[in-house]
Amino acid sequence: MSTLDSKIPEGPVADKWTNHKNHINVVNPANKRLIDVIVVGSGLAGASASASLAEMGYNVKTFCFQDSPRRAHSIAAQGGINAAKNYQNDGDSTYRLFYDTVKGGDYRAREANVYRLAEVSASIIDQCVAQGVPFAREYGGLLDNRSFGGVLVSRTFYAKGQTGQQLLLGAYSAMSRQINKGKVTMYNRHEMLDLVLVDGKARGIIARNLVTGELERHSAHAVVLATGGYGNVFYLSTNAMGSNVTAAWRAHRRGAYFANPCYTQIHPTCIPRSGDYQSKLTLMSESLRNDGRIWVPKHKKDVEAIRSGKLKPTDLKENDRDYYLERRYPAFGNLVPRDVASRAAKERCDAGFGVNKTGEAVYLDFTAAIMRYGSEKAHTSHIHNPTDAQIRELGEKVIENKYGNLFQIYEKITDDNPYKTPMMIYPAVHYTMGGLWVDYNLMTTIPGCYAAGEANFSDHGANRLGASALMQGLADGYFVLPYTIGDFLADDIRTGEISTESPEFEATEKDVKDRLEALINNKGSKSVDHFHKRLGKVMWDKVGMARKTEGLKEAMAEIKQMREEFYKDVFVPGTVDEFNPELEKAARVADFLELGELFAKDALDRNESCGGHFREESQTEEGEAKRDDVNFAFVSAWEWTGNPSESNLHKEDLKFENIELKQRSYK
Amino acid sequence: MNLTLKIWRQKSPSSKGEMKTYPVKDISEDMSFLEMMDVLNEELINKGEEPVAFDHDCREGICGMCSMYINGEPHGPDRAVTTCQLHMRKFNDGDTIHIEPWRANAFPVLKDLVVDRSSFDRVIQAGGYVSVNTSGNSQDANAIPIPKENADLAFDAATCIGCGACVAACKNASAMLFVSAKVSQLSLLPQGEVEAKDRVLNMIDQMDDEGFGNCTNTGACAIECPKEISLDNIARMNREYLSASVSK
Amino acid sequence: MATKSGILKTSVAKKVAMALSGFFLMFFLLQHCTINMLSVISPDAFNETSHFMGTNALVQYLLQPVLIFGVVFHLLMGMVLEQKNRASRTVNYAYSKPAASSSWMSRNMIITGIMVMLFLGLHFYDFWLPEIKTKFINGDMTGMLSDGSGYRYFEELTHKFVDPIRVVIYVVAFVFLSLHLMHGFQSSFQSVGFRKNTWTPLIQKLSMIYAVVIPAAFVFIAIYHHLAHH
Repeated sequence: MSTLDSKIPEGPVADKWTNHKNHINVVNPANKRLIDVIVVGSGLAGASASASLAEMGYNVKTFCFQDSPRRAHSIAAQGGINAAKNYQNDGDSTYRLFYDTVKGGDYRAREANVYRLAEVSASIIDQCVAQGVPFAREYGGLLDNRSFGGVLVSRTFYAKGQTGQQLLLGAYSAMSRQINKGKVTMYNRHEMLDLVLVDGKARGIIARNLVTGELERHSAHAVVLATGGYGNVFYLSTNAMGSNVTAAWRAHRRGAYFANPCYTQIHPTCIPRSGDYQSKLTLMSESLRNDGRIWVPKHKKDVEAIRSGKLKPTDLKENDRDYYLERRYPAFGNLVPRDVASRAAKERCDAGFGVNKTGEAVYLDFTAAIMRYGSEKAHTSHIHNPTDAQIRELGEKVIENKYGNLFQIYEKITDDNPYKTPMMIYPAVHYTMGGLWVDYNLMTTIPGCYAAGEANFSDHGANRLGASALMQGLADGYFVLPYTIGDFLADDIRTGEISTESPEFEATEKDVKDRLEALINNKGSKSVDHFHKRLGKVMWDKVGMARKTEGLKEAMAEIKQMREEFYKDVFVPGTVDEFNPELEKAARVADFLELGELFAKDALDRNESCGGHFREESQTEEGEAKRDDVNFAFVSAWEWTGNPSESNLHKEDLKFENIELKQRSYK
Repeated sequence: MNLTLKIWRQKSPSSKGEMKTYPVKDISEDMSFLEMMDVLNEELINKGEEPVAFDHDCREGICGMCSMYINGEPHGPDRAVTTCQLHMRKFNDGDTIHIEPWRANAFPVLKDLVVDRSSFDRVIQAGGYVSVNTSGNSQDANAIPIPKENADLAFDAATCIGCGACVAACKNASAMLFVSAKVSQLSLLPQGEVEAKDRVLNMIDQMDDEGFGNCTNTGACAIECPKEISLDNIARMNREYLSASVSK
Repeated sequence: MATKSGILKTSVAKKVAMALSGFFLMFFLLQHCTINMLSVISPDAFNETSHFMGTNALVQYLLQPVLIFGVVFHLLMGMVLEQKNRASRTVNYAYSKPAASSSWMSRNMIITGIMVMLFLGLHFYDFWLPEIKTKFINGDMTGMLSDGSGYRYFEELTHKFVDPIRVVIYVVAFVFLSLHLMHGFQSSFQSVGFRKNTWTPLIQKLSMIYAVVIPAAFVFIAIYHHLAHH
């Protein structure tokens, strides 16, 4: 326990960040030119960190596995970005954003970090607007806001359904400017495969050039990992196909503690799986729940009839429908937080009420909203005694204006017209709150190794609020890391360039080489995807939305056994020294097979329900999640010992000095 | 459904490629095009053959990585979709499907269907940004009101995903739609207007240096664009260019 | 940063130059067509105008060289651009469906353009060379028929269209010109950046009208004289 020093500054929470900035070491501008920083990942956190560090004068090398830094998966975020600007004059403030985030995270986040996040949130919007990010505006020319689940104010800035794209392109262009100036060197199609430690400090990485297959040594005085989340351990998720845990996991194996791996956000509104060939799941923005009503049939016989195509959902009478969220949570209804909505859908489908052929789908129905908007519109357009068809037509127009883009995506994928028949949705893995443990400076337990964005664990506790991921990624990259990294680098102004010829680089490169060659030379009989799919199924069934002791134990055993099988029987075609996507996948899945086991172990160890983590043993009589603040108000930080199941647990106790701990209720 | 695929196979950037034929069976019409490719690759792997390399990542139509020239059109026959959002129900049982990489000298083939689009990055690096440093005390975001119409037009231009379908579709392999989308976005906003002149000149210079062809206004780019970026942007860039070169 | 923003250095500058020379040629075409139309309405008016155009110093020594320069420039620049465009994709698609996203006219400006140029060769041989010979080599600036019975222009015009093969060649050439204009007219506006939601549909309509009416008028004139003076 003593090994974890979170370095939270003293003083009242509102002053901590300012005090901290005033007192940490800084590197003078002339010396920054003598210092190299490696940034791995080019999403919101990575690109913004690269740009800002380069602007300050550091020599930055940035790595991404995609063909361009602009493709990082931050680009897929739809809804928006929170900021405590209080432009709507609805009483928003830094404190309120702080409070909402801690509460939304089910009181498992670090107060000081969250307060800082809320504090810098307003600057993010200023920065992005200055960069030319085209946020949505009102007719007066000022920025527009929308509201999001779990909060009482409108503080979400957005750019239609493509906010992540616009913010990422903003950060990408800021970084491109530095590339043009020669301050950032960009390595596209390069994947970090290991972290190099020299004298216990992170001093470089081994990266594979994905085009030539060559292993490259890159040195720096510090390494920033902004490599995103690990949701793909479930195989099916809303993550990109390439999203992986390898960089973070390799750092973990080199000594960085991995915190709260079991905290996973399962998003309730995704397009359901249509068959075994499914490669990924597509999210439908949470905003749809503002106007859609979620239901399944009340009777099994109707479920059968719908599945076999004999009955259309639109033909089912109101009385025969079960609007289960409205039934169970009359106060919040369809707008309960993500974790609650997801579990409720699973409960109905497990009980046999799923409405598609796989039995894993519920309806999201817009008919009521269409008719309501339609009548309003008819009224304002002075149409007297409109027919139902007229009302429907008018209502569909209103819905199209609000969600046209999402409805179009839905129709492209499913071939169903969601204006005419209810959408089918099902929860899917979306975001991982857990990640590398970092202190207040965002440094991991390896000196000089930092983690930013989704890759770290720090700000969202056990559940992330909508529109907060973008905020955190950019806060870390633009406003936190550029300051805090100086505290470490101030000692390095006389170090000089780090040589890549050292025995440490030599040895680490050899490790990587051996690992890759073992995979290629294995010549087994099963594809990488075969194992990945199996791992995903175990994770989803036993470490998914609801977890219980025996399931978790089984999962640990099965994953361990699967890992052994993987190393015996995986087949990776091609060679090491060429463009080889199968080899890339194999190396990533190998790491997922270790992470998966730790994930299950963490879930087993945390015998309480909190946020995205639901233990069946820890629920109220009504089946709601029950937190255990007496025994579990801590961060679980796991130390690698050579075997995931034997990882060492270090606890960082969470102190709540500004917010009173309460049980969440949405009844 | 059962299909015949004719796919461009090329081992490395320098080797000579050729079209090869592969039959695939039992394809569900609910599959995305890339899932159909996954099925083919799984089969090839199980037979001990090398799978087809292709770029893909988000599989939800926004990252811009997927890039297949399918039956003579970038991203295939459907409109306003990327390859990953193209579904097999757009094809019929027994169809022959031709699959090729983007073809342009500025996008050299790396392997099979994978091309190198870093030329696009270099065009952005030449000026596709606002020269503003990160600062915790930049001007308040609402200090300059921006007419909603301009903000919306800038947004529409900014939805470009940089996939390169415009170049692939253009008979001249011209990158004008891509470049003009960025030029437009920034010139429509007061923050970007300050350096609009240098931006358009520098970006066009870089575009030419990368070896893209000239624009002859065929309009194919805008039709094939998965994000429906408008030709208006090209016209706007031409205007911007004219005024910049006259006044510079 | 030093830019290549000098005249005609960048692809966009070349494209604008193509458009501007195109505008100029289209204006000339309109003027040419109008004068030719006089030959159908009034041979005398045609003769008068032709004589004025053929002997006016401004037209002969300024506008004519400019026109020739415009034609040659448009041709050469077209060739240069075409060459560069072809060089931008040295490995072509094995299977391509360009018609799905663009018109035949827009893709084949080089073909329609070269056809028009070939025709211009014939046209120069028919009218321009004899004209130059008469005026500047023989020094006959009177514009009179050899027997002095009146202006020679109308006479020479009708004489050319007696031959049906020539008429057919002219008609075919004007079909190519029409195809060239269908794309060229609206494309020129786009190239100089003139595009607005309110205007573009109108420009597209005008483009169609211009591209059909002007060549049709020339065709009409050729056929009219062929039939009228056979």
